[in-house]
Amino acid sequence: MSRESALVTADWVEEHLDDPKIVLVEVDEDASAYDTGHIPGAIKIDWKKDLQDGVRHDFVSKEKLEELLSAKGVSNDDTLVFYGGNNNWFAAYAYWYLKYYGHENLRLLDGGRKKWELDARELSKDVPERAATTYTAKEADTSIRAYRDEVIEAIGVKNLIDVRSPDEFAGRLLAPAHVPQEAAQIGGHIPTAGNVPWSKAANDDGTFRSDDELKTLYADAGLDDGKDTIAYCRIGERSSHTWFVLKEILGHDNVKNYDGSWSEYGSLRGVPVALGDEPGAA
Amino acid sequence: MCGAVKGGPSLEGVDVANQAVIQGVVTRDGQPVGNAYVRLLDRTGEFTAEVPTSATGQFRFFAGPGEWTLRTLAPKAVSVDNAVTAAKGVVAEVAVAV
Repeated sequence: MSRESALVTADWVEEHLDDPKIVLVEVDEDASAYDTGHIPGAIKIDWKKDLQDGVRHDFVSKEKLEELLSAKGVSNDDTLVFYGGNNNWFAAYAYWYLKYYGHENLRLLDGGRKKWELDARELSKDVPERAATTYTAKEADTSIRAYRDEVIEAIGVKNLIDVRSPDEFAGRLLAPAHVPQEAAQIGGHIPTAGNVPWSKAANDDGTFRSDDELKTLYADAGLDDGKDTIAYCRIGERSSHTWFVLKEILGHDNVKNYDGSWSEYGSLRGVPVALGDEPGAA
Repeated sequence: MCGAVKGGPSLEGVDVANQAVIQGVVTRDGQPVGNAYVRLLDRTGEFTAEVPTSATGQFRFFAGPGEWTLRTLAPKAVSVDNAVTAAKGVVAEVAVAV
C-alpha cells in the first residue's frame, strides 16, 4: 500500500463526482453533520447505529455489514471513498472495518470534511438514491485486528503505540477534551507503549503529513521496523487513523488496530498499567 | 463518546463542579461563524481536541485544570490562537475573533 493507493485529494473527488462506481461515504460521530450538507452524491454511514452491534460490545457482524451495504446500494466492485469530521477519525475507522471484511477498493479523502469545508467546496443536502445490491463480504482479516490477550502479550515485545493526547496517555485526562471527563475508568496507558498522538500525523487542515515527515515521526518515537505493531487509543477510532498511516500510507507489514483500546484495557482486572509521561517498564 | 458534536456537547446532566469547562463563541466582524473549527492545544502545544462550531458560532471543551491554547481555523482566514486558563468547577469563557 502507499499514499497513491490509499488516499485521494479533494480535487480528485470533485473530478469523479459523477462516476457511478465511485461511492463517497461520509462517516461522522456527529451523524447530523451529513444532514446539514455533504459532498454531492455521498451516502451516510452512522458509525454507531450502523456499525456497532448494539448488544455485544463489538462492531456489527459480517452478515449485518452485508445487509447494510446492500441496502445502501454498494457493490463489491465499487471504490469506496470515506471522509468525515474529526480529521477523518471515524472515516478511518470505517475504512479499517471494511478492510477487515475484505472490500478491495478503499480510499480516504485526504483532509476529510474539514478540508472540504475550509476550502469552501460545494455541500449538498440531497440524499442520493442508489438501487439496492447484493453485497457479499469476505471472511474477517484478523491480521489487522488485535484483541486484549495479544496486547497483554505484546508488552515489552512488540511496538505498542498509544495515539491519544499526551494528557490522556499520562492519565491526566480520561477522554478527549471535547467530551465530559468520565470517572468510570482509570487513567494511564499500557506499559512500554510509546505516545505518538494521532494528531502529529496530520496537518492543521486534517490532511496527512508527507511520507518523509511520517517516517521521521515514527522513527523518532522509537518504532522498531523489525517488530509487529499494535496501535490503540480510547475506543479505536483515532488508532484507526494511525493504523491507516502505518499500514496504508507507509506500507508497514504487520500493523494491528486494538479497537477495544483504553476503554477496554483500562477496565480489565489483573493487567499492568503505567502512569505519567514515560512508557514504563514491562 | 469520542465524537465532536457541533458547538460542543450539552452541559445538561453534566456535573460542572467536577469539570474544567472552556467555551465561547467565534465571530467575524461581530457575526457568529458557524463553519469554524476550534482546537484545544495543551501547555506543550500538542493537539488535545477539536470541535466544529455550532450555527451560532459556539464551542465547548471539558479540559483539565491548567494552561491551554485555543487555535481557531475558519474558511478564508488565518488561524487565530487564544490562551486560556481552565480550573475545575469554573466555566472559562473565550471570545474568538477571526
